[in-house]
Amino acid sequence: MKARIFVTLKGGVLDPQGKAIHHALDGLGFAGVNDVRAGKLIELDLADGTSDEDIDAMCRKLLANTVIENYRIEKAD
Amino acid sequence: MKSAVIVFPGSNCDRDLAVAFEAVTGAKPEMVWHRDTELPDDIDLIGVPGGFSYGDYLRSGAMAARSPVMQAVAKAAERGAYVLGICNGFQVLTESGLLPGALLRNAGGHFICRDVSLTIENAQSAFTNRYDAGETVTFPVAHHDGNYFADPATLDRLEGEGRVALRYAESCNGSARNIAGVLNEAGNVLGMMPHPERVIEAAHGKTDGRRLFEGLVEGLLTRA
Repeated sequence: MKARIFVTLKGGVLDPQGKAIHHALDGLGFAGVNDVRAGKLIELDLADGTSDEDIDAMCRKLLANTVIENYRIEKAD
Repeated sequence: MKSAVIVFPGSNCDRDLAVAFEAVTGAKPEMVWHRDTELPDDIDLIGVPGGFSYGDYLRSGAMAARSPVMQAVAKAAERGAYVLGICNGFQVLTESGLLPGALLRNAGGHFICRDVSLTIENAQSAFTNRYDAGETVTFPVAHHDGNYFADPATLDRLEGEGRVALRYAESCNGSARNIAGVLNEAGNVLGMMPHPERVIEAAHGKTDGRRLFEGLVEGLLTRA
């Protein structure tokens, strides 16, 4: 069983990496980019039957810092 | 008086901090490896040093905060031992929940390595009692992720409770309200981005940091 964890900065948390990417896109001549926010994708290969509670606990305890980040879990078989 | 410095893979200010502890306590601190699960029961002072623990993987301080030794540090802190986290150590303390908030990438995106002026905001704490309130001191900073963040309610609470120990005299890295160092509720845990251990003797060019360590030791002696 696989799970993909998307970790993104909460709204209002400054994202200098996103800003730098935005700036680079502007430099490449791509017009119309209003904003860029960068996040992380963490792919987990899990034993079958791993509970949703366990995956959620992994996110809360380590994968995301919920002071500054949100996370979204996407499960795939 | 017993002191210890925690050593993570990737710590690089651990020996500087040990020199500072020894300079004021007269005894070598115990160097405690991240895998250790216990600290001496009667430990008085714990240093969580700067560096790049675990290569700053995932988030600065995130892996170190979950290492076995940090449970022992949390226990000691609860018992009242003084815990000083500097730079990466501050990041570890916020990641472990011993201090509120988080440290984000510097607002300008650059690694900042230079001397900065700091204002002592709270001169009553165990860490700052040798300074005057409002006094300006100069410590070096060397960090990429020093941009202190907490929600407005937390920031208001920290300010109201005198838990902002130090502030950058001028904007440095984008930190909310120019916060450079914060205390826990009980006042025995301090996290700060600037490096007091790098300015403790004349050969360093400045000695502004020495009083922080002297004040700590004096506090411990009078407490004992």
